[in-house]
Amino acid sequence: MSQVSQIAIIPGAERKLRNRVSIGQAIRDSFIMGYRGLLKIRRTPEQLFDVTLQPIIFTLLFTYIFGGAISGDVQSYLPIIIPGILAQTVLASSSATGTQLREDMDKGVFDRFKSLPIARIAPLAGALLADTVRYFIATTLTFAMGFLLGYRPGGGVAGVLAAGALMIVCAWALSWIFAFLGVISRTASSVQGLSLLILLPLTFLSNAFVPVKTMPDWLQWLVNVNPVTHLITAVRDLADKNVVGTDLGLALLGAAILVAVFAPLTVRLYMRKA
Amino acid sequence: MSTPDWAVEAHGLVKVFGDNRAVDGIDLFVRTGSVYGLLGPNGAGKTTAIRMLATLLRPDGGSGRIFGHDVVREAHIVRQLIGVTGQYASVDETLSARENLYLFSRLNGLSRTESRARSVALLEEFGLTDAAKRPLKNFSGGMRRRLDLAASLISQPPLIFLDEPTTGLDPRTRAQMWATIRRLVASGSTILLTTQYLDEADQLADRIAVIDRGVVVAEGTADELKATIGNSSLQLVLADPAHLAQAQAVVEQILHVNAAVSPEARRINAPMTSPDTVTDLLIRLRGEGIAVTELSVQKPTLDEVFLTLTGRPATAEDAETPQRELEGSFT
Repeated sequence: MSQVSQIAIIPGAERKLRNRVSIGQAIRDSFIMGYRGLLKIRRTPEQLFDVTLQPIIFTLLFTYIFGGAISGDVQSYLPIIIPGILAQTVLASSSATGTQLREDMDKGVFDRFKSLPIARIAPLAGALLADTVRYFIATTLTFAMGFLLGYRPGGGVAGVLAAGALMIVCAWALSWIFAFLGVISRTASSVQGLSLLILLPLTFLSNAFVPVKTMPDWLQWLVNVNPVTHLITAVRDLADKNVVGTDLGLALLGAAILVAVFAPLTVRLYMRKA
Repeated sequence: MSTPDWAVEAHGLVKVFGDNRAVDGIDLFVRTGSVYGLLGPNGAGKTTAIRMLATLLRPDGGSGRIFGHDVVREAHIVRQLIGVTGQYASVDETLSARENLYLFSRLNGLSRTESRARSVALLEEFGLTDAAKRPLKNFSGGMRRRLDLAASLISQPPLIFLDEPTTGLDPRTRAQMWATIRRLVASGSTILLTTQYLDEADQLADRIAVIDRGVVVAEGTADELKATIGNSSLQLVLADPAHLAQAQAVVEQILHVNAAVSPEARRINAPMTSPDTVTDLLIRLRGEGIAVTELSVQKPTLDEVFLTLTGRPATAEDAETPQRELEGSFT
């Protein structure tokens, strides 16, 4: 306890003081906060339940329950259901961003972040960054489950990798909505409730599980304007045929619009509170 | 420009929450290298004042400067000069002590190697080495506070804010915390601390500001304050409640102070400058035929400080928590 050096102070006059955060420092701080997210996942692995158990259980359930009815047999249903489950689980896992952000902002540690000379945006950016790891896990597990059940996508490794990458990019874009909810909501549970309201129609009013042709006309219209439908079609095209179609363009356009609208909105509100 | 040896300068700080003026025009001047105590009950505005000076809250009025840098316009510079230890430990509950210190070191701009070394050294310094790898959920209150303080010292800041550093700690841990704070002072730190304990302010602070309902009601050195509130406090319990008013008059006449009466307890409390006057008081009471069942002379409590300074007890009406710990004189 006699070691004085660690608590010795450095007077203000001997410090290089700056009132600005450089872009380089902002990026560095964001990655450190992202690293914090990963450490938290390691400490509380139960955070990964949604991205580990859901792909496994849902893939098994949906494939065997719907396979026969929709495609005649399980084998020919796999190319339809695997991209569908992929979209459902990965997009759903992006909703955790909002609840976790809210919980974080309510904790004492957030005061510490605010009192440190770091980029104001770093805690938010770090959270969004760390969550891409979750999407990666969900994507990998869903494809792996499909492979175990006999799914052999025709697009080969390149097609599957491209499809996975597309999925992760779109989930990241969608997570901005949830980050927005996390910033404006008062409690974590209200974020969760709202997130579910957004997720359910988005993933079920799509071609994720059932061919669109089988639906009534008015529903077909709804399903076809849902960007998630285009995302799933694009994933199927990439995985099955390694083909880049208009759906890919539409999915990326939808993602870009989401980010363009919600990123500035969220950042502005967040900075006001941070 | 400001005088360079002010570590903290606040002019008319105001913060309003709804229709509650939590901080209602506070002026503070803290000299570099000194310990300054903000003393007051819960809800007095101490924490709000500190949060504004630590750039965590934006003032609604007035201005604050840390080593001459404005807390609003030069917030980023101010953050490079301060360490903040909150009332509720501001560390990451899910991570271990070592991970917390490592992350905060990295965020303070240290390299990976420096951050590891600094974390190890601070853990050692604060006696947390054995618990370094355990998650904080299993930490005691004292360990959390120590870790919190360690995290505030990573950047070796010249000014440290300590918000109620010992509230809720047992006496032994509190004494350890005081020792740590004294070592910080010896190393040249300036410290601005808040406390509900008169004794703590007395023990640690060079100057004290007493805060009530968002305003400073008294300011000075501990000795100056004590001179105004009396060195000790008299407690008198009567045999017959009918004598209360008469006894109060006697006490006020002899001690020349305001006395507080608690009719249910048949009790009278009053500050006093010298315990010697008790003799005069007892003689007068016997002369008037007032029977006393209990008499004690103690160090003044925060309640009595408020009674003396504001003419009324430190009421809980605007406090966040209804019951208040008033153990100012005991450690």
